[in-house]
Amino acid sequence: MTHPAKLILDDYRRLFRDGIWDNNVVMAQMLALCPLLAVTGTATNGLGMGLATTFVMVAAALLISMLRGIITPEVRIPVFILLIAALVTLVDLVMNAYLYEMHKALGLFIPLIVTNCAILGRAESFASRQPVHRAVVDGLAMGVGFTLILVVLGAVREIPGSGTLFADARLLLGDGFAWMELTLIPEYRGFLLMILPPGAFLALGFILAGKRVLDTRLANRAAAVKMAQA
Amino acid sequence: MTTTTPVSGPHTHAPGGVTTQMGWVILALLPATAFGVYLFGWPALNLLLITVLAAIAFEVISLRIAKRPVTPFLMDGSALLTGLLLALTLPPWAPWWIAVLGAGFAIVVGKHVFGGLGQNLFNPAMLARVALLVSFPLEMTTWVTPQPMFAEGSPGFIEGLAITFGLAAIPDAMTGATVLGETQTGFSRDLGLSETLPGVYDPMQQALGFIPASMGEGSALLLLAGGLVLMARRIISWEIPVAMLGTLAGLATIFMLIDPERFAGPGLHLISGGAMLAAFFIATDPVTSPSTMRGRLIFGAGCGLLIYVIRTWGGYPEGIAFAIILMNGLAPLIDHYLRPRTYGRTRGGKPLEPKASAPAAPVTEKRP
Repeated sequence: MTHPAKLILDDYRRLFRDGIWDNNVVMAQMLALCPLLAVTGTATNGLGMGLATTFVMVAAALLISMLRGIITPEVRIPVFILLIAALVTLVDLVMNAYLYEMHKALGLFIPLIVTNCAILGRAESFASRQPVHRAVVDGLAMGVGFTLILVVLGAVREIPGSGTLFADARLLLGDGFAWMELTLIPEYRGFLLMILPPGAFLALGFILAGKRVLDTRLANRAAAVKMAQA
Repeated sequence: MTTTTPVSGPHTHAPGGVTTQMGWVILALLPATAFGVYLFGWPALNLLLITVLAAIAFEVISLRIAKRPVTPFLMDGSALLTGLLLALTLPPWAPWWIAVLGAGFAIVVGKHVFGGLGQNLFNPAMLARVALLVSFPLEMTTWVTPQPMFAEGSPGFIEGLAITFGLAAIPDAMTGATVLGETQTGFSRDLGLSETLPGVYDPMQQALGFIPASMGEGSALLLLAGGLVLMARRIISWEIPVAMLGTLAGLATIFMLIDPERFAGPGLHLISGGAMLAAFFIATDPVTSPSTMRGRLIFGAGCGLLIYVIRTWGGYPEGIAFAIILMNGLAPLIDHYLRPRTYGRTRGGKPLEPKASAPAAPVTEKRP
């Protein structure tokens, strides 16, 4: 008989695995591409956007899961949107107050988190049918997965695009994180295409292809191991 | 008595394959290429070789990754042609990394990502040129005035290497603007064509190619000759070049008649920039252009229209690459809507009913 705590841990591990890799918002579900393509000019912008979205995802999952008993199916979508919009307004105002420069850089895309289909998608398909603790863990896992791909795509575009990594990180994280701001290629005039929207599509395409190759290899290896054992 | 071609049935047979076609296109480009190399000297030759070699190297790498047989696919000559076309559209004294990056972009992103030759939506060489122009506006618009090989003052072999590999700067005295660039700069300073053109535009020099330009766009006459050879060999069809150049010239004429100070005439539009190169060698790429005659006419006219619009009202002085890529994107749509009627069926797809009222015509076979 397995201990109940271990079962729960295994369940959480599964949720995190889903959120970060197997069912990643971007790499598997192909959702939230608009903010992804728009703000990943630098890794820092991606990180800021990812953290804001993660907060909204977790809070929305908590609220919606708690209220799932009293929200009737007929009005669920407007209610979800209303809850998410309230949370996004909160994030927007907080960022405007404490991270003004970052808020300026991300601009319109912070309010647009309301229409981020990944958040509504998780609310509809997971949070509104699951107990609170699972919903929150799922929201966190999905948010972390989204943040990771935002940062990776931001870095992939920023390094060839402008020769830096995590430029302006202190605007987001405070002066203590000035060490993160790396200039990898000094006196670099930039490969503008990577900073422009086409660069986002190109880089995302190669990342998705890379994930497919990796998944296929892993599956083949697992199959080979199974064959050897049989 | 023995004949190898069938005499009946709707089967036509074209001799040769992809390799033959690519070979002819490359042959037809050679005079213009050789002239371009002569005009712009050693740095141009270096750039040409680097671009072509890089294109072939990227082709080999891509084929390896895709686990396809390298030799047969390499021998079709398409990578060679892509490299050549790209080199012809680059500023002849551009540094080596422009050539390598461009060739890599053309072959990897422009072609193999889509699945290789025949699958690409956009013309690889034009895609690479647009990517380079957007990313490196300075290097991609540094034009030099012709410095013919072996002429006095032109760079020698060593100096040529230095220029290509970025060890020596291009002397300012040798750079110049293209005619299209000059006119646009003129407009931004409120100068009409009658003030900007004299001194920079001489139709004869322009047609022969003694102008600041990319390696292959200069000699409009040699390109025209090569294009006509391809047409005569039926390697390319007449619809795209005629529709494209016709639309461009027609629009230029109409607007010139409206305001000759603001709008340049058809002659300048036809022989400057890469109009000839694009019309005969780039837009006619069978992979990225429509497959019906009507479709090709629309495709060519669209290219001509977009080129005129971008040149005249756009932010860039030259818009051929953008125009061709935009029309490449429309080619599948054109093919979708202009499907030819299936034999024996109406345009709607219904089978043709034999007319009952008409008496059956007596069958008289007249065969030689």
